[in-house]
Amino acid sequence: MPLLMSLATTLQGSLELGIIYAIMALGVFISYRTLNIPDLTVDGSFTLGAAVSAVLASISQPFTGLALAFISGCIAGTFTAMLTTKLKIQPLLSGILMMLALYSINLKVMGNKPNIPLLNKPLIFDFLQGINSGKYAKLVFLVVILAIVLALLFFFLKTKLGFVLRATGDNEKMVRALGVSTDVMIIIGLAISNGLVALSGAMIAQYQSFADVSMGIGMVVIGLASVIIGEVIFGVKTLMRRLIAVALGAILYRLVITIALWLGMPPTDLKLVSAVIVTVALSMTAIKEKVLSFKLRCANSGRYKGERM
Amino acid sequence: MLKVENISKTFYKGSINEKIALNNLSLTLGEGEFVTVIGGNGAGKSTLLNCISGVYEIDAGRIFLDGTDISYSPEHKRSKYISRVFQDPLMGTAFDMTIEENLAIAYAKGKPKGLRPGISKADIALFREKLALLELGLEDRVKEKVGRLSGGERQALTLLMATIVKPKLLLLDEHTAALDPVIAKRVLQLTDKIVEEEKICTIMITHNMKAALDHGTRTIMMHEGKIIMDLDGKDKEGVTVEWLIEQFNRKSGTELDNDRMLLG
Ligand SMILES: Nc1ncnc2c1ncn2[C@@H]1O[C@H](COP(=O)(O)OP(=O)(O)OP(=O)(O)O)[C@@H](O)[C@H]1O
Ligand SMILES: [Mg+2]
Repeated sequence: MPLLMSLATTLQGSLELGIIYAIMALGVFISYRTLNIPDLTVDGSFTLGAAVSAVLASISQPFTGLALAFISGCIAGTFTAMLTTKLKIQPLLSGILMMLALYSINLKVMGNKPNIPLLNKPLIFDFLQGINSGKYAKLVFLVVILAIVLALLFFFLKTKLGFVLRATGDNEKMVRALGVSTDVMIIIGLAISNGLVALSGAMIAQYQSFADVSMGIGMVVIGLASVIIGEVIFGVKTLMRRLIAVALGAILYRLVITIALWLGMPPTDLKLVSAVIVTVALSMTAIKEKVLSFKLRCANSGRYKGERM
Repeated sequence: MLKVENISKTFYKGSINEKIALNNLSLTLGEGEFVTVIGGNGAGKSTLLNCISGVYEIDAGRIFLDGTDISYSPEHKRSKYISRVFQDPLMGTAFDMTIEENLAIAYAKGKPKGLRPGISKADIALFREKLALLELGLEDRVKEKVGRLSGGERQALTLLMATIVKPKLLLLDEHTAALDPVIAKRVLQLTDKIVEEEKICTIMITHNMKAALDHGTRTIMMHEGKIIMDLDGKDKEGVTVEWLIEQFNRKSGTELDNDRMLLG
């Protein structure tokens, strides 16, 4: 019985974490799906958000910390986009360069310390105590934030600007032929994407009461895994469904990892498992095709059985 | 309307692969003129359109649109006035977005892209009305993703997108070449209809000699980056495909070679 209780608490914690990571996954969705650019800046901008948020929380400004984290993420994304559009460096490489640069920048933001503990500092979750000290207060609060982010993103992607942004990932040539600079669209898209990623990092830092300079490592892989898992399991039919699918994908990913850890998987294997999950998810289409062609071939050879040489 | 003055374009200049695609070419189009362009493989037809639309920067010469010098303005800025339909039906639309969303992007051409809703009720009514003119039943499928349309349907949609805001110049690069003959004919008819009704200044490249003669008000023939024949108005009447080929062979000193050229 106490074992089950502990599992329930663990699962709730993992659910809460999953919701925060969902915001990061939505950011990755913008770059990877909407713009069709696998953006590796994410590893750096996630930590950047955490660092900014931790520094501001330690001077008692937790909410300002979130806002500034979002903005700093936008700036990081803008730089990556500039490398790609203005200097014509391949998107993948631009992301790697920014990720590298951000490692040093993040350390600077954190005052050259590898981590900032936030114990006994005012955090965004503190005000909840005044309203409702129940077990689920944090969870509800996080769900509300995620819902707001989802709604804002959905309405943004349904505006005139959002339309062009989505078309840019689909068909850059068409967007230019319709009189819009794709460079500007890529800048806007990567800015928003990394803004969301940084916001997620900022919330994680406050949730777990510390920021660490290496907490972003592998984040882009987790983001991609969430996007793909979400789409495969929950569908892509409409835009709204797709956004929700991505968020659910992030939550599901976190739950699966938590259960695996709970069942005794060593935490050091985490990154290996993440890589395997993403590999499987990315190869899904290829595998599906193989299976389909195999089935067809079987059916065919069945039909001609009598005449085979 | 459009004035192209002595433009030249050489690819891989100075290397052994040097290729002169446009050689001191000039062309002037009047208001509402509809020019069809023919010529062999590598004659420079596509390059001409790409230089006019700003995909390639010209090496020499000037391009004026409506009196404005656009020789060096970037592609997306020229696109506010110049619409294009490419040969590849995949090139003109965003496949993962719906028909109405695609049209909305085209309809917002040249206007600021703010945070207003992408499509209004009035827009949808207009889109349905315009789609109905295509007579392909697309007006009942506005919420469907473009990726699910056939090549011909997409190309018709692209044509509508290119003209829903009247452009100063419409450039068509073999926009029916990838379609099967029946659909190709239909899209050509639509092109005629839209261009004539809206009186749009148009340049249409085609590999179909007969189509070149049957459509438009003027036909030009290109060879090695130059215009070697220009048939306008009356000159064009009564011209046969055979006569055209004979003229080509005489003027260019070679046999007309275009592996996709259709005579009938
Ligand atoms: N982007 C490019 N880079 C290098 N060479 C090019 C490029 N575009 C065109 N060329 C060359 O310029 C010449 C003219 O090509 P262009 O595409 O304009 O011919 P075209 O008249 O459209 O021929 P087709 O009927 O085959 O479409 C060709 O020799 C071609 O190889
Ligand atoms: Mg061509």
